[in-house]
Amino acid sequence: MSEVTSGLTDPELIDPQPDPPVRGRRLWRRVLRNPVGLVTVVLLLLIVAFGLLAPWLAPFDPNLARLELTNAPPFTTDYWLGGDNTGRDILSRLMHATRGTLVAILVVLVVSSILGGTTGLIAGYFGGRLDEAADWISNVLLALPGIVLLIVLYTVIGPNILLAMAVYGVLVSPSYFRLVRSLVQNIRHELYIDAAKVAGLPDRRIVSRHVLRTVRGPVIVHSAFILASGIAVQAALEFLGLGDPTEPSWGRMLQDAFTNIFVNRAAVIWPVLLIGLTTLSLVLLGNVIRDALQQSANRPTALSPAVVKRLRAEQVPGPESPFVPAQSDRVPLLRVRDLAIGYPDSSSTVTTVVHGVDLVVERGEIHGLVGESGSGKSQIALSILGILPPEAVTLRGAIEFHGEDLLADPKRMRAVRGRRIAYVPQEPMSNLDPTFTIGQQLTYGLRAVKDVSRREAKGQLLELLDRVGIKNPARVFDLYPHQVSGGMAQRVLIAGALAGEPELIVADEPTTALDVTVQADVLDLLRNLQRERDLGMVIVTHNFGVVADLCDTVSVMKSGRIVESRSARDLFAAPQDEYTRMLLNSTLDGAELRRPLAVGSGA
Amino acid sequence: MLMYVGRKLVSGLILFVTVTFLTFVLVFSDGEQSVRNNLGELATEDQVARRVDELNLDEPVITQYFKWLGDLLTGSLGRSFNSGEEVTQILGTRVPVTLSIIFLALFVTSLISIAVGVASAVKGGWIDRVLQFLAGGAAALPSFLVAIALTFAFAIAIPIFPATGYVPFGENPGLWAESLVLPIAALVIHMVANSAQQFRGAMVDSLKQDYIRTLRSRGLPERAVVFRHALRNAAAPGLTILSVQTIGLVGGAVLIEQIFALPGVGQFTIRAAIAGDLPSVMGVVVFGTLVVLVVNIVTDVLNAWINPKVRLS
Repeated sequence: MSEVTSGLTDPELIDPQPDPPVRGRRLWRRVLRNPVGLVTVVLLLLIVAFGLLAPWLAPFDPNLARLELTNAPPFTTDYWLGGDNTGRDILSRLMHATRGTLVAILVVLVVSSILGGTTGLIAGYFGGRLDEAADWISNVLLALPGIVLLIVLYTVIGPNILLAMAVYGVLVSPSYFRLVRSLVQNIRHELYIDAAKVAGLPDRRIVSRHVLRTVRGPVIVHSAFILASGIAVQAALEFLGLGDPTEPSWGRMLQDAFTNIFVNRAAVIWPVLLIGLTTLSLVLLGNVIRDALQQSANRPTALSPAVVKRLRAEQVPGPESPFVPAQSDRVPLLRVRDLAIGYPDSSSTVTTVVHGVDLVVERGEIHGLVGESGSGKSQIALSILGILPPEAVTLRGAIEFHGEDLLADPKRMRAVRGRRIAYVPQEPMSNLDPTFTIGQQLTYGLRAVKDVSRREAKGQLLELLDRVGIKNPARVFDLYPHQVSGGMAQRVLIAGALAGEPELIVADEPTTALDVTVQADVLDLLRNLQRERDLGMVIVTHNFGVVADLCDTVSVMKSGRIVESRSARDLFAAPQDEYTRMLLNSTLDGAELRRPLAVGSGA
Repeated sequence: MLMYVGRKLVSGLILFVTVTFLTFVLVFSDGEQSVRNNLGELATEDQVARRVDELNLDEPVITQYFKWLGDLLTGSLGRSFNSGEEVTQILGTRVPVTLSIIFLALFVTSLISIAVGVASAVKGGWIDRVLQFLAGGAAALPSFLVAIALTFAFAIAIPIFPATGYVPFGENPGLWAESLVLPIAALVIHMVANSAQQFRGAMVDSLKQDYIRTLRSRGLPERAVVFRHALRNAAAPGLTILSVQTIGLVGGAVLIEQIFALPGVGQFTIRAAIAGDLPSVMGVVVFGTLVVLVVNIVTDVLNAWINPKVRLS
């Protein structure tokens, strides 16, 4: 439910994923250090004081009418901000109106947060029927045209703004409900909650000690938005003349001034300014608190081109690789030269994840890139195709395909991508667009690289699907990704990679996400296709079994560097590097089988 | 698919009956008092009693509701307590005004927020920062405040557009458009601030998906990746936002109509509520609920059309 300020009350605006929360004093210090935070906090405190001190500080009675000061301009008489259309002091009325608004939004806040918060807590923590029922009610409430209902309510309750605000509180309570429920659901399955349960802590204690703490931050943020929307709704109702005419309020003052706008323009400015400033401050403060709560809000995005240029200029070429001959007579299919890749860690610096890597792949050769997760092997794979995430920075180096550097010219990279170099991803299900059929997306891909008609494309693709071992290609062609199994999806992706008839395939852990039984089939398929088409292949994997099964040459990676690179046979026979040996020793495949128990031997 | 739409229609019907029942019971809970409000302070007890009897307001509320619901099925919402006119007839002249405001505002909002959201998600950089900053501010300001500021600026200080009034489309399309510029602008500024941000977020998420990378690896042109694939996948969250905003528009239109003196449902709502004109009030509730239901069903259908998982399960 969100009329006048739609979206402000939308719980989706708040990321329910709790980052390691910042709390208490540190949070407030962080908020106040932000200039926007400081200004809005000061402004809001001033506005609250302005309202609370009205009975003592207001120079006149808010309803006192001095006819001689009707429409008095500001800063000319006793009425500092001028007089309204019936000769009342605008300043005094504003102060009293502020007081009324404070009370009204407090009502909204209390009703909605208590109602929505507690039901969200209970529904999220216990789940089940209760959760379903509460969710249904909240959906109904959210679907109501709230302002219309509040106006309709006037027929029953008359000019009772506080009661109307309480009803508004009920109408917006689902936003708290959803927020709290999703937060609680997220942490309910956390291990520390389970541990607390096992330790025999009563639910009451778990909730007060663990759950409430997580919920507190986002609820504060959301409350800022609710307060802003409360102000807007109260002002709207008063503006429409549905409030108590004897009580000054921002909305009524706005209405008085607006109907009188051709006579006295200045009077409109004050209520507009006050309503605008207050809602703006609340929303901006809410945003600042949210950013302060999520430390990750400062996660750097893509660097500016100038910074990238500077970083590249600062690079020093890495030492020559001991594993790759610097020059040879023959130009290899692919040569990666001193490649370094970084990711921004602030707006002007990067963390380097690949430190000058050299690699050579010949036509018809399968090259394995092995290493622990995070060693940078996937980064190399993606950079060969020029499909690193946008924030990644290629710091130095070259990717030479048939001797031409693809990094030097984005056009060259685009020209080979999908046509001469293709990609087989790791996780089959997430690599198909869920909104298009398998046939559609394969056709788009094929027609992007080959000048064929739709029908020709279909024919070729059906053949390919058949080649990669799909039983009923015509049927699969018309299925959506969610209708096929992981193994089949991976075959589809391999078919997609082959569609452009590439010379080089980069496969990023092509079997990791598959069932063990399917893994062997997919590896067989890759090997057969490679032999059949004399493809060069780079296979990223952390599995030495895959290397032994498939690869001609292997590079072992550690922390963004290649520590050893040689033929697979040599590597397994006599690993040179300490780290390679450690990796090899930690695989189970090579472990000696346990001897059978000596059955019936003596005794 | 038909089953799906059918299910949505049934749940919409349940919602309709629930909402109208609850408001009816609430609104008609004290018929005598409403009549007194309606007739004014000068009415005698005798007049009040006669009126209550005439309108059967002394019957149990539940009975009255079912009678009302029965009449509704025959296409009648009763007669206004104020003018004695058929409520359906009054609504007939007012609904087109409000609907044109709602549709125009929604249309313009969708266009701008998709364009801005996509641009700032794809380009990033300063476009993105400027958008975030402006949206943060504009989202905070209630639309009626924006409306007043716009009137102040473009109808009074620099009189380019009319401050108030409405010219029916049939009479003079040019003047009709002119009379709607400021009202629509006021609504759109506020709505775009919210939905462009949300569209941006949806696009950013969508562009981070693995399949986007894979599609790029197949040599698809960037245009196709962004508009055919990323945008389509961002459409579902985008639609949800627009539907929430449209429901908000029903309320927002009331204020805007009041400010710009547009003879729509909103103005009528306020008059009916203040005068205790119960049948008219219920008529407005029916209109509001119907708009919400239609919006929800259209959203669901579009969602199913975009997302095969919804459609095929």
